[in-house]
Amino acid sequence: MTSTLVQEASPPAAAGAGRGRRPRRRGRIVALLFVFPALLLLGALVVYPVLFSVGRSFFDASGTQFVGGDNYTEMFRDPATLKAVRNTAIWVVVAPALLTGLGLILAVLVEKVRWATAFKLLLFMPMAVSFLAAGIIFRLAYDEDPDKGVLNAAVVGVHDAFQGTSSYPTARARDGQGMTKEADGAYRTTADVSPGDTVALGLVGVLPGDVPGGAEPAYAAAGRQAAPGELNGVVYLDFTPGGGGEQGRVDRRESGLPEMAVEAVRDGKTVGSTTTASDGSFRFEGLREGSYTVKLPASNFAPPYDGVSWLGPALVTPAIIGAYLWIWTGFAMVLIGAGLSTLPRDALEAARMDGANEWQIFRKITVPLLAPVLTVVFVTLVINVMKVFDLVYIIAPGPVQEDATVLATQMWLVSFGGGNDQGLGSALGVLLLLLVIPAMVFNVRRFRGSQR
Amino acid sequence: MMRRRTTLLTGCTALVLALGATACGGDTSTSGGDDKALSGQTVSVAGVWSGSEQENFQKVLDAFSEKTGAKTQFVSTGDNVSTFVGSKIEGGNAPDVVMVPQVGVVQQFAEEGWLKPLSTTAQQSVGANYSDAWKTYGSVDGTLYGLYFKAAHKSTVWYSPDALAQAGVEAPATYDEMLQAGRTVSDSGLAGFSVAGQDGWTLTDWFENIYLSQAGPEKYDALAAHELKWTDPTVVEALTTLGELFEDEQLVAGGQKGALNTDFPGSVEKVFGPEPEAGMVYEGDFVAGVAQDQFGKTIGEDANFFPFPAVDGGTAPVVSGGDAAVVLKDGKNADAGMALLEYLATPEAAAVWAGAGGFLSPNKQLDLAAYADDVTRATAESLVGAGDSVRFDMSDQAPAAFGGTKGAGEWKILQDFLRDPSDPKATAAELEDAAAKAYGN
Repeated sequence: MTSTLVQEASPPAAAGAGRGRRPRRRGRIVALLFVFPALLLLGALVVYPVLFSVGRSFFDASGTQFVGGDNYTEMFRDPATLKAVRNTAIWVVVAPALLTGLGLILAVLVEKVRWATAFKLLLFMPMAVSFLAAGIIFRLAYDEDPDKGVLNAAVVGVHDAFQGTSSYPTARARDGQGMTKEADGAYRTTADVSPGDTVALGLVGVLPGDVPGGAEPAYAAAGRQAAPGELNGVVYLDFTPGGGGEQGRVDRRESGLPEMAVEAVRDGKTVGSTTTASDGSFRFEGLREGSYTVKLPASNFAPPYDGVSWLGPALVTPAIIGAYLWIWTGFAMVLIGAGLSTLPRDALEAARMDGANEWQIFRKITVPLLAPVLTVVFVTLVINVMKVFDLVYIIAPGPVQEDATVLATQMWLVSFGGGNDQGLGSALGVLLLLLVIPAMVFNVRRFRGSQR
Repeated sequence: MMRRRTTLLTGCTALVLALGATACGGDTSTSGGDDKALSGQTVSVAGVWSGSEQENFQKVLDAFSEKTGAKTQFVSTGDNVSTFVGSKIEGGNAPDVVMVPQVGVVQQFAEEGWLKPLSTTAQQSVGANYSDAWKTYGSVDGTLYGLYFKAAHKSTVWYSPDALAQAGVEAPATYDEMLQAGRTVSDSGLAGFSVAGQDGWTLTDWFENIYLSQAGPEKYDALAAHELKWTDPTVVEALTTLGELFEDEQLVAGGQKGALNTDFPGSVEKVFGPEPEAGMVYEGDFVAGVAQDQFGKTIGEDANFFPFPAVDGGTAPVVSGGDAAVVLKDGKNADAGMALLEYLATPEAAAVWAGAGGFLSPNKQLDLAAYADDVTRATAESLVGAGDSVRFDMSDQAPAAFGGTKGAGEWKILQDFLRDPSDPKATAAELEDAAAKAYGN
């Protein structure tokens, strides 16, 4: 804004240079007169607040005590601020580059399809959605519960299509009731058994509603004697609804657990496998004499796959950057697309005539010619990314807010969101300003350069 | 941003409601009207309430209008009362009465010199109708500024009677029995508890109940004032006790990861929702409201509570919260505001909201029959019956930076502790660092 003002203001002055002194001075006065309202607004709305913040950053929380540079040293001692600096750095490095790249690719591709306008419109649409609304949408989309978050619903759906689910994810054996848990989640009998024995394997932690339909009480099967050379037993739910059952014993009302995979293991090798019947009973026939262990393999108990924790401490920043990409890709694409349409066609034609393929044209001609536009898009996005606030504030849930925080959210949190330390907040604001200034200067310089 | 918008929205709703209410009030004042000493004055009241709480409070305000002829206007402040009021005072547009939900904020306001001490009439009502604990929490340096109109009972464990009957367990009397009951529930297929780890304040409430019962009220007060350091062995012990619960996959629905992903309404849903995952959920009396409004449970039948049990042989804790009404000096109608406070101190005012539900009054004189249902009556009885041993929520007594900020201070540190409860000592040290910074001592 300042640069355009300077540009508009200077030509009349320059034009008046050739004539006498008075007209030149009058020209200046007129120019000043025209510029005055804008200067006043800028002064009141930009310069004064900036100076005030700089001043405020040297005072303590109450604003009465001068503390010198304490807020600045405090800022870099606070792990949350350091996290914010680090995250802002990740944002600045990743988001503008990705966006410019994506925008370029899409712009080039969209130019070649028939329904270009429709595509552009579609990709540009997220720009019309406010950050707040987009944040809420993405918070929901990233939700870890597959019943709520669409992304995890997709991930879990794909995973389950290949892996299948187990029947008893919540089941477990009580400690000290004859079963030992193995490292992979399988259970095996603690004591050795041999053919002719009957074993009762009690599990708990299964809701009555989660037991597969058609399950029958296990009491009768548990009392059945094993024939010689046969190892039999029952897998049952060792919990009497309403309480009162005896632990480790098959009580009358306790249900068998059907469709449970059971293995007979000898010397670490599986020698027989079967699944339980509707009353939870199972039977291994034709086993040789010796000692065995009965094992319920881990596949019975595999916990349901619950997807990716998008909003966990590790992925929250990439997830929010993803939401940001969704909003801004259209912007980058349209700007770059506009630059693309002004490219001199003859250069492209000439290259084609000389036998360059599309990739070579893209690399050696399109990109270099587009460089000024790409730089503008990139730098604008850098400035935009530095002040990102809404998405981070809305998408990051409480426990990971500190892991996702950036300078702008940290500034707000410290000054208004509970910290109530506007001195420290101002110091953060000044830091943010210092970081944005180089990008601003660069952009202003470029504007000037392109206007000359 | 989100906060600002909801505030704006609730502000507008409040305005509309207030206009509607005052229009009705105008009608009645023409017909009745001998004692309308304050007619023509408008008392503006600010508070965090929105939704049904705001509607019900409006009924109390309407009753006040009826009695005195003063108009009232309620403004919702959003979550951060202190920032809201601070900016209003600076902008020369201070509300007359503020309902402050934290003891720490009452102190902050008093120290800034924003508050008017209670009038003699109001002080007498507080002396006669309230136990000393509430008087203390409303006072700063011996001067009474705040009147606790609404209280919360934060020592209630809510359970689904079906789930407990299915597991064959009774409401427990001690903390160990409670954990044992949780394990039995877990044997039946549901997890013992659902813990709302995504909201830090529920974790501070867990800690406070355990600490109050285990370490006793004197230590509790000392820790709340930060005269006792968080590195004290009693804190480590309470954290260890809490950690035993947190790290037990059987007791916490979804394990630690599931808990961190559950917000407060979600934790109620896990017990009282259509697909229950746990048998019990600990939080204040307001759980009943959520279970009833969102999940259609009949309180007393499908949802019930037992008091938070005693830990390690201590007495059962009664942790409480509440909203204190204070009068701002800078309000335009501060005197009428004081009249509102005098009214709020009466059992009559409390009865208005008690009948509407979702409300507990610390007022001893309020007839328990005024409450709409048995369960609320039981919580109210337990709260008033605790007398002077009631303790105010510790995190609400602390500076907001420590005890009331999402993603920082105690909230954040206890969430980290939920994620990894293996080192209570280190957690206590972190808490002490954060507290020292926030209290500035």
